[in-house]
Amino acid sequence: MRKLSRRRLIGAGLGISGLAATAKLGAHYGLVPPDAHGLYGPGETLTYATQRLLARHSPAREFARSQISREPFANPTGPLGDGFGVLEAGGFKDWRLTVDGMVAHPGSFTVADLRHMPARSEITAVQCEEGWNYIAEWIGVALAHVLEEAGTLRQARYVVYRSFEQGWWDSIDMADALHPQTIVTHGMNGGDLPVRFGGPIRLRVPRQLGYKSVKYIVRLTLTDDLKKFGKGLGSAAPEGGYAWYAGI
Amino acid sequence: MYNPQMASSAPAGVSGPRHAAVVRATHWITVAAFLALLITGVEILISHPRFYWGETGNVGMRPLFQIPIPSSRGSVPTGYGYVLPDQNGWSRYLHFQSAWVAVLTGLLYVWWGLGAGHFRRNLVPTRGSLSWRVIGAHLRLRRPGAEEAWSYNPVQRMAYLAAIFVLFPLVVWTGLAMSPGLVSAVPAAVTLLGGQQSARTLHFFVSAALVLFAVAHVGMVILAGFGSRVRAMITGRAARRKEDA
Repeated sequence: MRKLSRRRLIGAGLGISGLAATAKLGAHYGLVPPDAHGLYGPGETLTYATQRLLARHSPAREFARSQISREPFANPTGPLGDGFGVLEAGGFKDWRLTVDGMVAHPGSFTVADLRHMPARSEITAVQCEEGWNYIAEWIGVALAHVLEEAGTLRQARYVVYRSFEQGWWDSIDMADALHPQTIVTHGMNGGDLPVRFGGPIRLRVPRQLGYKSVKYIVRLTLTDDLKKFGKGLGSAAPEGGYAWYAGI
Repeated sequence: MYNPQMASSAPAGVSGPRHAAVVRATHWITVAAFLALLITGVEILISHPRFYWGETGNVGMRPLFQIPIPSSRGSVPTGYGYVLPDQNGWSRYLHFQSAWVAVLTGLLYVWWGLGAGHFRRNLVPTRGSLSWRVIGAHLRLRRPGAEEAWSYNPVQRMAYLAAIFVLFPLVVWTGLAMSPGLVSAVPAAVTLLGGQQSARTLHFFVSAALVLFAVAHVGMVILAGFGSRVRAMITGRAARRKEDA
């Protein structure tokens, strides 16, 4: 048995206060994910902080046109309700993407508005947490451009996005929101974005797993505090047991 | 770390505990992390028990092979008429947290082991010890002699070195190669393996090799005297004769 020496006690005290200071600093610099308070908080924080410190601006892998999957696969979505059918029958002319929260000009865009914005095409993979994936060409406008048009305020730290599908919402930090490959997608493989793959519009976040690329988006809300949304865990995913940050 | 009382049971010329405190601590932390990784890894696997080669793979494509088990997703054609409950959420959280524990523990162990001469002294087979006769004897699972309570035999040394410096780094690499965030910064991590689905398939095989190692390791420990070997790995004390087990 060793005696607890004074040096050890001081060392332990310094260690604990050092950890507390690191946690505070981490939160200040946006290195702590919103679902970091549970049992798996340490692992999630290590992953998120490491990637934000070392790979904040790195580009998701893009592929050659010849690598586009001939058999793209989409998990079925839940019932979308009669309202969706009405919008679809009208060629989604009345679909609106509302932008609100910490923006200078809250408002909404039609699909046609989004199509008139500068388009970007990228060939990236959708990777599902289940283990499968496919590669497709995605066409859309950079989310950064939409946010700029709405006049995003400087203090905004996250973009919360909601689906037409009841209960589906998610959020990303500004590092992903302003990333050039994060696009409000309205086209796929040269054509319109099919409903099965999230049409009329889907947010694509190619540096994260597929479940962050929410289908049928209807609303973007800029915020500096995710605690105000849902159970405060940043998205519907952690409420269902899945991690908020899916860059793994 | 040195305790003169423990030295009394050691053969002449050997001082200190059978296993250094760092070895004992990192061994058991790794055991816990490995078990958590294995259980959660199987849970994640059953949501898509099909494997592919190259960049892409999904149920619309022909798999390289399929594990004949039911799945936790209805979209996977398994031939079973039922779907297992979805356990992916907590499994993924725990898998990645345990991976951090395993990697940080492994780095600490290797850093200490290099500094303390642990690998050179205890794990690199001694000169001339690797003869076919010796290897053959060990592969026939001959019960280890008393001298092996204090030292690893050559086959054991090679197996430990392979697990530490080949299988462990490979399982970490193939795992990280599936991270979209990481490969955005280091694309070579996945392209060198032949693509995203190749990385997943290789991750499965390296994990299987680690499970084989663990089964063989525990089997040999039982053969050598489970009580005494486990006690040595917990307390650092080893018996002079194996009858003490």
